[in-house]
Amino acid sequence: MSSSKDTIKQTIIVSLLLSVFFSIIVSSAAVILKPLQAANKLLDRNKNILAAAGLYKEGEHKKSDINRLFEQFTIKVVDLEKGKFLTDAQLQELNIDLAKFDQRKASKDPALSVKLDKTQDIAAIGRRSHYAMVYLVETGSGIDRVIVPVHGYGLWGTMYGFMALEGDANTVVGLGFYEHKETPGLGAKIDTDKWKSVWPGKKIFDDAGVVKVKMPKGIIDHKDPANIHKVDSLSGATLTAVGVENMVRFWMGDHGFGPFLSNVKKGEV
Amino acid sequence: MSKQDAKTVLKRPVFDDNPVVLGMLGICSALAVTTGLEPTIVMCFALTAVCAISNLCIAMVRNHIPSNIRIIVQMTVIASLVIVVDQVLQAFAYDTAKQLSVFVGLIITNCIVMGRAEAFAMSNPPGLSFIDGIGNGLGYSVVLLFVGTIRELFGSGSLFGFEILKLVENDGWYVGNGMMLLPPSAFFIIGGFIWLLREWKTNQVEQKEFKIAHQVNREAHI
Repeated sequence: MSSSKDTIKQTIIVSLLLSVFFSIIVSSAAVILKPLQAANKLLDRNKNILAAAGLYKEGEHKKSDINRLFEQFTIKVVDLEKGKFLTDAQLQELNIDLAKFDQRKASKDPALSVKLDKTQDIAAIGRRSHYAMVYLVETGSGIDRVIVPVHGYGLWGTMYGFMALEGDANTVVGLGFYEHKETPGLGAKIDTDKWKSVWPGKKIFDDAGVVKVKMPKGIIDHKDPANIHKVDSLSGATLTAVGVENMVRFWMGDHGFGPFLSNVKKGEV
Repeated sequence: MSKQDAKTVLKRPVFDDNPVVLGMLGICSALAVTTGLEPTIVMCFALTAVCAISNLCIAMVRNHIPSNIRIIVQMTVIASLVIVVDQVLQAFAYDTAKQLSVFVGLIITNCIVMGRAEAFAMSNPPGLSFIDGIGNGLGYSVVLLFVGTIRELFGSGSLFGFEILKLVENDGWYVGNGMMLLPPSAFFIIGGFIWLLREWKTNQVEQKEFKIAHQVNREAHI
């Protein structure tokens, strides 16, 4: 090794040039590929909505089916406080474009969201947007399925997913996550078919309309009708399980979709 | 190092000087991503690409890198390439990228990549270093594909997701071996692979470091 390249000057020059060169490469890769990645993410998100609603099954449907299957949804925006759909006129007044509405962005916008106080904010999300996009499957006789977006804090980050309920706004069709940062192999089991298969058929509310769903520890006999509100916890991932439980309880409760769901139940949306 | 021709450099790491089998490098990712063949293959491509291109880049500037920061320089090159590969995967193979999750990012810490950069690219011309990167990537791929095939076949009864052995859950006869789907099984399979390879190429068998002597102290028996 010659000593000429071991000088301080050389060290600084090499590290500077190297950093500049590779930062250009990394950032241009990120910028150029962004549109493709965004399209993939959207497709994946739509797939998760369909999967939560039980309309998309791995193996049975192909990726190319997603857009076609997705067309059966009626997409509406709900005013969470009132629990009612926004009419077209209201949408226009609020300047909400159905194709572009992003609840995540809205949650950060003070004009479109409300700050939750500590006692309300069990899912640890900080702010909640006034409006949320919901997906409906309608049959001739009314709403058959209703799919609502949910999110809450797990162990490492916010988990984003969808909860699908039957037309009675009580029976679960499915719960799925399309984005989370939980520990691979432990908390990330919320993404596995095995764990997700426990949700269908569970009831969120009791007869009085109180949120009853919970995730206790220990083995649950799913055949026992007394366990109709109970879902398995995850061993080795207690905090993730607590996060999921709080998330579901928040979004099904009074500060989440509670008012909307009770309206759906009464058939008054 | 004596003069090497491209063919040897490419072929040597596959069986004769396999980075996983002889160097025991890169085993952690071999355990993690080999439950199915699809993620395995994507991982092999990703690692081979990173290893080859990082070798190329480092060999090109090898005469200008100050030796006191050479490891940092190698790290920067490798880390940048891994981010690019991760971005490409997210754009073109989203589902697999989601499955591989952190393990693409962990190529940064894969000892093979950095080992080749330090041991080969720092003292060889770019072209040869590039080939060496591909060769080592292939050596890694051979082991991973071997492990991945066995694990998917006996763990889930399928290859590339196509059913080969009909599982009991699907009214077949084969009971999937659950352990094959868990990381420890890869340890056994890699061990088996090493055994097979050393049966074939006996010069890879290591000399015993010591021999247990006869017991001479008879008092110990009483």
